[in-house]
Amino acid sequence: MKFTKLVKIALSSVWNNKMRSFLTMLGIIIGISSVIILVGIGQGTQKEVSDQIESLGTNLITANIMSSKSITISDEDLADLKAKPGIKEIAPQISESNINIKYGSKSSTTTLEASTPEYLDIRSLSVSLGRFITDRDVKNRFNVAVIGTETAENVFGDTNVVGNAIYINGIEFKVIGVLKSEGTSSSGSSDDRIIVPLTSGQRLLKTANAKNYYISAEDKDKVDIAMGYIQLFLDKKFGLPGNASSTTTNSYYRVMSQTSLLDTATSTTKSMTTMLAGVAAISLVVGGIGIMNIMLVSVVERTKEIGTRKAIGAKRRTILLQFLIEAAAVSAVGGAIGVAFGYIGAFIGEKFFSTTIVISNNVVLGSFLFSVLVGLIFGIYPANKASKLNPIDALRFE
Amino acid sequence: MTEALNSKDIIKMTNINKVYKMGNNEFNALSDVNLTISEGEYVAIVGPSGAGKSTLMNIIGCLDKASSGEYILDGLNTSCNDNKLAEIRNKKIGFIFQNYNLLPKLNIFENVELPLLYLGYPNNKSKEKIKSVVEKVGLSNHLKHKPSELSGGQMQRVAIARALVTDPQLILADEPTGALDSRTGKEVLKMLMDLNDEGNTIVMITHDMEIASHAKRIITVKDGRIISDSLNNREVGA
Repeated sequence: MKFTKLVKIALSSVWNNKMRSFLTMLGIIIGISSVIILVGIGQGTQKEVSDQIESLGTNLITANIMSSKSITISDEDLADLKAKPGIKEIAPQISESNINIKYGSKSSTTTLEASTPEYLDIRSLSVSLGRFITDRDVKNRFNVAVIGTETAENVFGDTNVVGNAIYINGIEFKVIGVLKSEGTSSSGSSDDRIIVPLTSGQRLLKTANAKNYYISAEDKDKVDIAMGYIQLFLDKKFGLPGNASSTTTNSYYRVMSQTSLLDTATSTTKSMTTMLAGVAAISLVVGGIGIMNIMLVSVVERTKEIGTRKAIGAKRRTILLQFLIEAAAVSAVGGAIGVAFGYIGAFIGEKFFSTTIVISNNVVLGSFLFSVLVGLIFGIYPANKASKLNPIDALRFE
Repeated sequence: MTEALNSKDIIKMTNINKVYKMGNNEFNALSDVNLTISEGEYVAIVGPSGAGKSTLMNIIGCLDKASSGEYILDGLNTSCNDNKLAEIRNKKIGFIFQNYNLLPKLNIFENVELPLLYLGYPNNKSKEKIKSVVEKVGLSNHLKHKPSELSGGQMQRVAIARALVTDPQLILADEPTGALDSRTGKEVLKMLMDLNDEGNTIVMITHDMEIASHAKRIITVKDGRIISDSLNNREVGA
């Protein structure tokens, strides 16, 4: 008997039992669409996080001093470090959250960052109005400030505020520039901040040394070399043995590049995606068990049909294949509908819940094939049971 | 006992026994059955219920195997595996059941097509073949109908069409009028007689002597043995 005719028999059986077939498919439909949507959400998050990190600049390196042991990093030290291969710019930074700023009767709380002119390039910032801090501002400890758009809105109700004076922790500062808006990210708004010259910040916050250093590498490929020199430099400052530099973190300081941050974030979101896929795969297996259940019931219900088919010449193998093809067809059609629902769900998620959902063809194809496989595997037992029926008993069955 | 000495044997049974085991007891459903049926015969097998006629029919129809003895169907020894038996049923036997046993979800055309699908009959020829047998039973206008849309007599005619579609050597009818009223029952019996007149070999199983009297040869089974085998001289139908 030709395979095409077997397929014809099986498909007509699926088609002629639409309701039963649909109920059987339901598990697979839900399974496949949840695999696609959940993995899509996972991959979307992964993309969102890596985009965000990359937007900060892939050649950015941060060094944080964590030790309470006081070390002095002079301007000469920084000039020496800057001369090392791979390092382009260095900007020391002091940061303090919960800074009170005041204009007239309006006041607000924001984050203060004190740094040098290089900070603008290293952090990929830009100024929309006015200017950024200059070397002269730093040298002369001028009380000038560059503010974020959101902060400006909060205290002035306007962004066109260059030339106005504000009070930061009670000290008067002149606004010299407004930063370009960067939008809100998961880590909070980067538009709500105020940047002042490093020296003015040191005086305002009564701190001597910068604990954070933002360093840019010459390019992406030189990040590792630059990090090596930074570690060497800091090891020397802390009087650490040379071999400590083999690790990027210790209790004294931490040196991180965006790529290492990206790796950490990617591995986190990847394991989240895997977990989501696992949960969804379980629902696919449950769907497969559903197929087996309904098919087992259907074998009993169709005993007479099987008997008739056998009496008029269906072989054991023919019946087995018929039921297997039915199971595969049900799960394949269910899989296809599930894929469609997955796309619809992803569309709805992106449109109405502003979630980034990335659907990859591999996931769609993989989950579809998996659903057909599930149908085949869970179809074996009922199909085998049907094929083993004795035609006489089956014919007599009422 | 054969009607035409020169025609070939379709059924040749020698010392057929069928033993059922129920726990420790053995039950002889058939004992030493010897039976020869030639091409073109119309045979009725009668007997009270429990006499063994169903067992005999199952063996004749290759649905079951004898415990011992030899059964040659159209020159083929039937002591073979289940697959081979399915093939024999498909090619050599046309079944007509008491309850029609049509597949309810398939339409008339598809029901009649089924044996051809299992046979692997060429696609281009099967359509014509199906139409010709359905026309023969007078249901050409009902090809697209489901069995549930037909009357009992019509359903049995579909079953006859399905039995004929593979040009079998033997038509095996199990109480073909059992579920029909007497008028439609007569129509079906008339159709079987016509088929016999065209040269088809028919074996009919029934408990009703009145029905059996339509056949040309009547075999009576009782307690698993053939107790009488005679030609029927009574003129019926027509």
